[in-house]
Amino acid sequence: MAEPMKMRASISGDVADIKVLMNHPMESGQRKDAKTGQIIPAHFIDEVHATLNGKPVLDAQWGGGVSKNPYLGFKVKGAKAGDKVEISWKDNKGESNKVDGVVS
Amino acid sequence: MNELRRNILKSAGAAGVVAMAATAGLLKSGNALAAWNSNAFAAKSSAEAIKDLGLPTPADSKAITIKAPDIAENGAVVPVEVLSTLPGTTNIVIISEKNPTVLIADFKLSNGAEGFVSTRIKMAQTSMIRAVVAAGGKTYTAAKEVKVTIGGCGG
Repeated sequence: MAEPMKMRASISGDVADIKVLMNHPMESGQRKDAKTGQIIPAHFIDEVHATLNGKPVLDAQWGGGVSKNPYLGFKVKGAKAGDKVEISWKDNKGESNKVDGVVS
Repeated sequence: MNELRRNILKSAGAAGVVAMAATAGLLKSGNALAAWNSNAFAAKSSAEAIKDLGLPTPADSKAITIKAPDIAENGAVVPVEVLSTLPGTTNIVIISEKNPTVLIADFKLSNGAEGFVSTRIKMAQTSMIRAVVAAGGKTYTAAKEVKVTIGGCGG
C-alpha cells in the first residue's frame, strides 16, 4: 500500500495556500532497467483530486512526466482557517491514497 | 435478395457512423469528466496534445507567467509554477515540448481555486515548457525555455 502523503494548508488573507507531497515512483514506462535492459513498466499517478469543505477545487490528470514523489501546490480563494481540505490520488494500476487536513 | 443485402449493408454503415460520432463526443466530454485522456497523454507535439484535450488553438498571452529555472541540472526534477491572472481561469495544462510524450499534466480548477499550480516535472532535454490556460471560454498560452544538463526520461 502507498506510503503516507504530507499536506499543509496555510491561510493568508482569504486565500488558502495548499501544498502536498505524495510518495510515488512515477515510472513513465520509458525507462529501461540498467541491469536487464528491460523496460520498467509504467506506474504513475494519473488522477489527483482536491476538495475544500467537500467541494471540488482541483481535478488533475497526470502523465508519467510528473517527477517521482510528486509535489503539488495550489491556492484557493474564499477560504478561512478551519476549512477542511482533502486530497486524493489514484494511479494507473488502480492504487490510491488520500490525506485530509485543516486550513490553519 | 440483392436489395435485402444492400439494405443490411446500408443500415450497418449508418450504425457505424452513429457509433463513431458518439465515441468522438464521448472523448471530448471525457476530458471534462473523470476519464483519463489516454490520447492526449500519448501526443508527440503540443499542437496534438492541445487538440486531444479538446481545446481550441490558443493565443499567446502575457497574463500567464511560467516560473522555472533557466538551467535545470537534473531533468528528472524541474520545478515549474504556472500563474494565470486571466479572469475565470478554469484549466492549466503543462507541456514539455521535447519529451517523448509532451503532455505532463492537466489541472482543472473550480470553486475559488486560483489560476496557479506548482509542481515538479521531468524533462528529457532542453526545450520549451508550455502552459496552456483556458479562461472565460477561450484558450491562451505562454512558454519558457529551460536548458537541461542531464535528461530525466531515459536511463
